[in-house]
Amino acid sequence: MDSEAFWGVLKSRGLNFFAGVPDSTFGEAYNFMVRDPDIRYVPAVREDVALGVASAAYFAGGLGGVIMQNSGIGNIINPLTSFSLMYKIPVLLVVGWRGYGGPPNDAPEHWIMGVKTPEIFDLLEVPYQVMEPDTLESDLDGLLGRIIEQSVPGALIVRAGMIS
Amino acid sequence: MIDRYTAIQAILRRVNPEDLVLSTTGMISREVFVTNDRAGNFYMIGSMGLLSSFGLGLALQFPEKKVYILEGDGSALMSLGTLPLIATESPKNLFHVILDNEAYESTGSQPSISSKVDLDEIAKSSGYPHAVRAEDLESLEDALSDWDTNPGPHLILVKAGIAPVEGIPRIPHPPTEIRDRFKDQVSPESLTK
Repeated sequence: MDSEAFWGVLKSRGLNFFAGVPDSTFGEAYNFMVRDPDIRYVPAVREDVALGVASAAYFAGGLGGVIMQNSGIGNIINPLTSFSLMYKIPVLLVVGWRGYGGPPNDAPEHWIMGVKTPEIFDLLEVPYQVMEPDTLESDLDGLLGRIIEQSVPGALIVRAGMIS
Repeated sequence: MIDRYTAIQAILRRVNPEDLVLSTTGMISREVFVTNDRAGNFYMIGSMGLLSSFGLGLALQFPEKKVYILEGDGSALMSLGTLPLIATESPKNLFHVILDNEAYESTGSQPSISSKVDLDEIAKSSGYPHAVRAEDLESLEDALSDWDTNPGPHLILVKAGIAPVEGIPRIPHPPTEIRDRFKDQVSPESLTK
């Protein structure tokens, strides 16, 4: 799906405050978001910093979003466990899935996290949804429902080539 | 040198009821709690290093509210990259205090590297429009007053000695209660979930 349609779906669910670190998985969608006047984006220096910034939206009655590559999951495990999950502060993680399918796909630095990405979210009991363009709206609504119901972070995992 | 507890008390005397006070994990949050426990305090009892980014997010979400960030040298060093991020976003309503005792006092006063690192200079070169060092109570009061006339972000590095205070309790509020009362304070119109 194209970038405008992707962000249109997220914005229609009230998501307009994001912080993050770019990833090539999102391609042009990242640049589209940065230029979108309807989205306030903070270019964080690390994924945990992005989580801290984005979590503030919850206190204004909204839901913040974090843009990140799955290699950054390692940087957010401490804030997830001792901040987000402990205080029950929800946020949407939009995670680029590098190394999908494991070796020999993608670069060697993505091989391990590429395989472990769903397992880590399972281990932390963080709900997630792998994005499928045809069912993005219903899948996202299901994920947001779990995020709000449980008041926890949740991840929308995006494989390469899903957004153009 | 200013005792950290004395510095915290001086800062909290300046805080208005509608202001937000965020404090980092360990003794700083516990001393804030003992000095003035209020709904507009967010005690970040875990996630060392995360406080300044959370404070930045709150300052952006609530531009009409003053946001105080109270962290230690260990916490600031752990998330040093947040300093240039705050300076780049440059929220006028953010006041960043680093209580620098050159040690990890909460875990047993193991030395940090801040005795050899000028965190105020790092803040200046990161782009904070106002970054000062306070070695005594008067200069701390001056820096706090400076916010009345000069918009932020401000950073003040308080050189504090190691001076453990006896009988400071742990924060009794459960995390979700800290969250709920803070949320009700900052946006009472939003239903707490």
